[in-house]
Amino acid sequence: MNTKILVVGGGLAGTIVANGLCRQLSTELRSGSVNITMLGTSDQHLYQPGLLYVPFGKIRESQLFRNQRKVLDRRVPYFIDPATKINCDANEVTMESGKTFKYDYLVIATGSRIRPDTIPGMAEGAHWFYDLDGARKMRDALDEFEGGKIVVNVNAPHKCPVAPLEITFMLQEHLKSKGIEDKSEITYTYPIGRLHALEPVAEWATKEFDKYGIKSETFFNTKSVDPAAKTITSEEDVTLNYDFLVTIPPHNGAQVIEDSDLGKGGWVPTDKLTLNREGSDNVFVVGDTTNIPISKAGSTAHFEADATIDNIASLVTEGRRARDYDGKVFCFIETGLDSGTYVWFNYTTPPNPGAPSQMIHWFKLAYNRLYWLSARGLL
Amino acid sequence: MTHREKIDARGAFCPGPLMELIAGLKLVEVGDEIEVWSSDKGSAKDIPEWIAKVGHELVENEECEGYWSVVVRRAK
Repeated sequence: MNTKILVVGGGLAGTIVANGLCRQLSTELRSGSVNITMLGTSDQHLYQPGLLYVPFGKIRESQLFRNQRKVLDRRVPYFIDPATKINCDANEVTMESGKTFKYDYLVIATGSRIRPDTIPGMAEGAHWFYDLDGARKMRDALDEFEGGKIVVNVNAPHKCPVAPLEITFMLQEHLKSKGIEDKSEITYTYPIGRLHALEPVAEWATKEFDKYGIKSETFFNTKSVDPAAKTITSEEDVTLNYDFLVTIPPHNGAQVIEDSDLGKGGWVPTDKLTLNREGSDNVFVVGDTTNIPISKAGSTAHFEADATIDNIASLVTEGRRARDYDGKVFCFIETGLDSGTYVWFNYTTPPNPGAPSQMIHWFKLAYNRLYWLSARGLL
Repeated sequence: MTHREKIDARGAFCPGPLMELIAGLKLVEVGDEIEVWSSDKGSAKDIPEWIAKVGHELVENEECEGYWSVVVRRAK
């Protein structure tokens, strides 16, 4: 009997896992004692962090996409046949086509999705850049914008925790470059009592906001948006007027997770060290899909994937797990249109961001292309 | 018996205990409780501060061995 490894989800985490397993299990793949299969939802792989640049025309849409079959190792059969039911007791996954796939090891990498529809008025009244359609609409609206009140509204939970600050600083520079800075005002809202979840990042952002005259409203959790009156109201009973509303919508995990009773909100209860689904030693959860209290970010997905590759390969070849995930996260932070910094931390090391520089911004731009090497498991 | 869920956010720097609580409260029913464990002593202050602003109920707030346990009841 061969060992069947099934990866559900063709985003960054699932793709790195599949490609990494191909390298570590090349002998077993050649002999046929192991096979690796992936189920996804699209023939295109999207570089999600690149969406940040779309509203400003700073990236070409062709740079955001690659054919998923070309990103994926050719030894991995890829089926565009989304999972509709994951049964961890029976070790099987049912797909949209009605077919069922049995597995020995399962990697759940179904990711997260934006849910502007969960807040009344948000889908009609707000712009966002967390999907391509939204980023295009925001770009077109920004082109027409001639000044006024901009609200950058952040909701919990959301992926890429630095993106809200990045878009704010980029908007500030965009207004300046269009010559409408004096006719405009940016107000940034955040769910907790400071400007960012990471305290050192919040302290740094506070000084930057003061420097540029960016206003803020903390402890702001969106209750509703009124597109006709152009107002946004919080659960804390604060109402702001806007001419241009940019939201970072609340997120949920994938529908299949909820439909399979694997976790509320689409987040799968996961051991933060082993990355096993709680109660399932042969099921691993990577990327945004976990309920681990950690940033939902590409780097998190990457480092979790690395640990999962080692653990599955070791289980297959040695019958034991290899190592724990240490909680590592690394994020670039764009601090304008031509400067950037970065922050990293893990479960035991607190974050300590450095001073922004143009060089780090250039490195981020380089990473926008190097990403494809990450997805292929080469970086 | 009141339904209570636990969020173990010890060692969580980002998004942190309060943000986890805010996200968690969206997934429970009115009247349910969430117990947050945090290794950041700031949570013992900023969670009650937010609870007071937004109108949920603070059930417990106590220091345990090496962490703080804050229990919140969803009130609306």
